[in-house]
Amino acid sequence: MAVSVDEAVSTGPARDHTPPARRLGGRGRSVLEVALLTVLAVVMLFPVLWMIETSIKENRDVYAIPAKFFDFKVTLDHYKDVFVAPDGGRSALSVSFLNSVVVAGASTVLATVLGVPAAWAYSRFAVKAKKDQLFFILSTRFMPPVVVVVPIFLMYRQVGLIDNKLGLILIYTAFNVPFTIWMMKGFVDEVPAEYEDAAMLDGYTRLQAFRRFTLPLLVPGIAATAVFALIFSWNEFVFATFLTSSDSVRTAPPAIAGLIGGTTTDWGLVAAASVVFALPVLVFAYLVRKHLIAGVTLGAVRR
Amino acid sequence: MAGIEVTALHKRYPDGTVAVDHVDLSIGDGELFVMLGPSGCGKTTTLRAIAGLERQTTGDIHIGGTLVNDLPPAERDIAMVFQFYALYPHLRTRDNLAFPLRAEGLPKPEVHKRVDEAARLMRLGPLLDRRPRQLSGGEQQRVALARALVRRPRAFLMDEPLTNLDAELRADMRTEIKHLQGELGATMVYVTHDQVEAMSLGHRIAILNKGRVEQIGTPLEVYDRPASLFCAAFIGSPPMNLIEVEVADGKLRGQGGLVLTPPSGLPRDRRLVAGVRPEALEVTAPGAERSVPARVVSAEWLGDEIIYVVDHNGQRDVRVRMPPTVRFAADATVGLRHTGGTPAVYDVRTEELVA
Repeated sequence: MAVSVDEAVSTGPARDHTPPARRLGGRGRSVLEVALLTVLAVVMLFPVLWMIETSIKENRDVYAIPAKFFDFKVTLDHYKDVFVAPDGGRSALSVSFLNSVVVAGASTVLATVLGVPAAWAYSRFAVKAKKDQLFFILSTRFMPPVVVVVPIFLMYRQVGLIDNKLGLILIYTAFNVPFTIWMMKGFVDEVPAEYEDAAMLDGYTRLQAFRRFTLPLLVPGIAATAVFALIFSWNEFVFATFLTSSDSVRTAPPAIAGLIGGTTTDWGLVAAASVVFALPVLVFAYLVRKHLIAGVTLGAVRR
Repeated sequence: MAGIEVTALHKRYPDGTVAVDHVDLSIGDGELFVMLGPSGCGKTTTLRAIAGLERQTTGDIHIGGTLVNDLPPAERDIAMVFQFYALYPHLRTRDNLAFPLRAEGLPKPEVHKRVDEAARLMRLGPLLDRRPRQLSGGEQQRVALARALVRRPRAFLMDEPLTNLDAELRADMRTEIKHLQGELGATMVYVTHDQVEAMSLGHRIAILNKGRVEQIGTPLEVYDRPASLFCAAFIGSPPMNLIEVEVADGKLRGQGGLVLTPPSGLPRDRRLVAGVRPEALEVTAPGAERSVPARVVSAEWLGDEIIYVVDHNGQRDVRVRMPPTVRFAADATVGLRHTGGTPAVYDVRTEELVA
């Protein structure tokens, strides 16, 4: 079904269909649109802007009443504090960032490596009770992950995975694999199986045919799926809080949250840490944006 | 080139679906063999089993006298052309053609020679430097055919290669494939659901239904004496009229009173159905000799012929093919008579040809 959004929302017969914009008067509508979008943008972006501002203000400007929007002195001290400990060594925050990179990266790679071949198999082969299996895989995502925090905690304690990066990697992989399988199955379905058939007749094994012909066509899908998996692992807070305790293992979300509270909160440091935390995913998404758009819109159009 | 023997082929998928129940085929060296049937009849699965893309549950496949059951597709030395062409999207025509040869590890000059040869045969000269997406459907399918040719395989397998082309192009390509097959003397197994394609291409046709072979024969055999009621209803456009008949006074009498010439060796005490081709009947003026009274229900004016649908004595919707000069209005009272030879007669219960 190749239905554009416009077609999909228009219900009346096409002939006497006037776009709603005309009926309201095109000009008035677009002004209203712009106004609404501006308000929305301000509401959405103000916290981000405020975070960035706070991260480059000196502490007394941060606490200034009334708040200083423009006339403050710019300082990068907070960013220095994010990475460098007061004694000159590496700060606990920088260690947690590194942990986040390792945990999110490894779990995304693992989920992709496990999920893509599984999706390919589910798409290509007649598997016994395929639909039931796929439903089961999806069903693991039905409940909110928080529900299983306590059982996971107890299990991890038994096997010694508490306060262990491997433990986090495994649990994030477990959450990302079902998602990867489902999303990738859609992408694999879009690639005609005939490419692999033809390659097999041309002398390749099934796996070679997959690797040489199907896999390259799946790159946009893999990129899109991996970004989502990465964002999930990167942002995950609850499990990271429950399953880790020491500074050497803890990932960034609980580490940043840990800065708040106590007798005083160094809001400048919190803001700077948050900016640093937000950047990698933004940069990554920006780098793969072409694939991301191709990936997210694929399947919306018939081949 | 080589012949292909398929013996007692059975394919059951892990989910329990039986795609092929029991198929025996003996395809001669240099033969253009067509497998015809409705979708889901097992023709494509049979073809894919011959190619090695599916592993049959039981049964044997021999290509050129060699048992190939356990050989991967590449080692069976066959080429396949797909409905969706399956040209590698990132390769130019030239490289698409050269691809299977390079995979085989042929020396460069030989690859070049064979690609040129195939390109000349399929008239691909101007298309050699384009990528698949720059080619029309017909051009893509010609490239796909050429890619099958360069291999010089022992047999060609064609999986509905013309289905995605528009009607005019399909007729052209049909001629082209037939010509090519004759010129190369190639063994070709051709799967289609289009009876016109099957009739015009095949040296022999196998009609498949529900994973079984209903009939194997030359196009004329299949047309004149369909082996079962299924074949009778499947071949021909419009298909045979199936008229319940009984034997009386040495005549074959249809329910509506239509009299047919009985074939010899008719079994007794069985319910019978006669298969009468629309061109073996004639619509006449009412009361003409040997005719039964009938009424025209509708007429399809096709230009070169008219298909009349007539009722007579409660026998409904009998189709009659008439030349365009014989014109009756809808609802006209007419006569209907049989003009052809002995019809094919089927047992209602077994649905098989009895005489």
